[in-house]
Amino acid sequence: MSSDLRDLYQEVVVDHSRHPRNFRKIDRPDQTVQGFNPLCGDKLTLYVKFNDQVIEDISFEGSGCAISKASASMMTATTKGKTKAEAEELFRQFHTLITEGPDGPVKREQLGKLAALGGVSEFPARVKCASLAWHTLRSALEGKGEAVSTE
Amino acid sequence: MRAAREAPAIRAVSSFDPEQARADFPILKQKVRGRPLVYLDSAATSQKPKCVIDAVSNYYCTTNANVHRGVHALSESATEQFEQAREKVRRFINAPRAEDIVFVRGTTEGINLVAQSLGRTRVRSGDEILISAMEHHSNIVPWQLLCESTGAVLRVAPMNEAGELLVDEFESMLGPKTRLVALAHISNALGTINPVRQLIAMAHARGIPVLLDGAQAVPHLKVDVKALDCDFYAFSGHKMFGPMGIGALFGKAEWLESMPPYQGGGDMILSVTFEKTLYNRVPYKFEAGTPDVAGAIGLGSAIDYLAGLGIEQIAAYEHELLDYATRALAAVPGVRLVGTARQKASVISFLMDDVHPHDIGTILDREGIAVRTGHHCAQPVMRQFGIDATVRASLALYNTPKDIDALVAGLEKVKEVFQ
Repeated sequence: MSSDLRDLYQEVVVDHSRHPRNFRKIDRPDQTVQGFNPLCGDKLTLYVKFNDQVIEDISFEGSGCAISKASASMMTATTKGKTKAEAEELFRQFHTLITEGPDGPVKREQLGKLAALGGVSEFPARVKCASLAWHTLRSALEGKGEAVSTE
Repeated sequence: MRAAREAPAIRAVSSFDPEQARADFPILKQKVRGRPLVYLDSAATSQKPKCVIDAVSNYYCTTNANVHRGVHALSESATEQFEQAREKVRRFINAPRAEDIVFVRGTTEGINLVAQSLGRTRVRSGDEILISAMEHHSNIVPWQLLCESTGAVLRVAPMNEAGELLVDEFESMLGPKTRLVALAHISNALGTINPVRQLIAMAHARGIPVLLDGAQAVPHLKVDVKALDCDFYAFSGHKMFGPMGIGALFGKAEWLESMPPYQGGGDMILSVTFEKTLYNRVPYKFEAGTPDVAGAIGLGSAIDYLAGLGIEQIAAYEHELLDYATRALAAVPGVRLVGTARQKASVISFLMDDVHPHDIGTILDREGIAVRTGHHCAQPVMRQFGIDATVRASLALYNTPKDIDALVAGLEKVKEVFQ
């Protein structure tokens, strides 16, 4: 198997896609936002509960490819307890990592567990899958409650 | 290799030699990601033989000029070649007259032309348009637009779990309010061949015209619009080894003559004053603006190419290949075929284990195998099967059992990743 394929589907990614964390509804969330990736049919619903500026609880439901599911799972695990501003900054760094790759300004070491999705940069067609959950979160942070589409 | 062991080798069914045909397609000689290209996405677009590429190139190298105007030699030659291409299309689908062939950008534009032109004059509030549950979005949305603007109702004839149209249900939905029936000849997502001749007869018994979406049919079987007795037949050049951006709409003369223009512009007029414009005769009435002359000539070349190989021979070979592929894929543990109609052509949609089609597509791509993954612009079809997407391997005359074996081997790689 090619090394970039092995890097894309790291064990931890496959594990998150098979056993997604925070895969549930939240009781009375502050924000419920839907995200769609029309190209491949990925769809997710993101639930977020805030305590002032802090993401107190975050979860999701939906269906999609391994990359989109794993990314949503890892995102909820990483952003829970973070402030809105910290989550925004994480998305900025994550997006740079998966679009610009190892030669870009953001290195995998900076992103902890999220770095497992760094292999996406070798697969431009899959960037939308990896960023769908994050675009949906951004909409929730902005409080617009509007459905998000990656197209 | 699993497929090679479990499925008997394909037997020679005709004089058709796929290896020889492969050699006509320059793109198939290349390697993709270091591996020989295995192209299994012809339902999205087919590859082009050298003769088609040369026809387009030669036109621009030797003939390029605008058609139907100009008195100079190049314009005369361009016009002649353009009209020869129209005659080739006529012969290809056995239309009565060359004037019954309207050049369009593709199937989508052909359907939109009928929806807007015929629809505007024939469809009123409360009328019905009947389609089927297996249509491509381009044979759904143009009718929805028409229904929105007129207040007509879009009705959908159902299909069964195999992906076969329920003919009795279809017939029962034909009523006094039905103004038009629009159906896929072959389903792009499932490969089902609809019994169109029977369906057309049912509609005609009630005086209802029928449009066929022939995008998936023309590269795979002999189409005879006279024998089918369809009122309209739309298809694309690029799915039948011709260039992108050109297609044809056949319409029966009585319809085309009575329908208003679809777009306004040059070529579709006889005379223009600010008070009154006289429209050109058919088919030019429907061909506003400078047409894709090179595309039409390329399409003509693709028709010559298919005629040279013999469409019946191609169909017989592809039938065997589809059988081989179906058996090979069904033998892969965890594979579930979606669309198992008794009459099928050249499309195998499937799922494997709990792996999402998009992931399967990425892993196959790394093996040099091109398949389509997703909803195939047929979301209602996916919804009926309770899924979001499938992997679709679609075949053409240049595919061989080796391509299928590579696909089966590629699926083993998928299992390795997701074990």
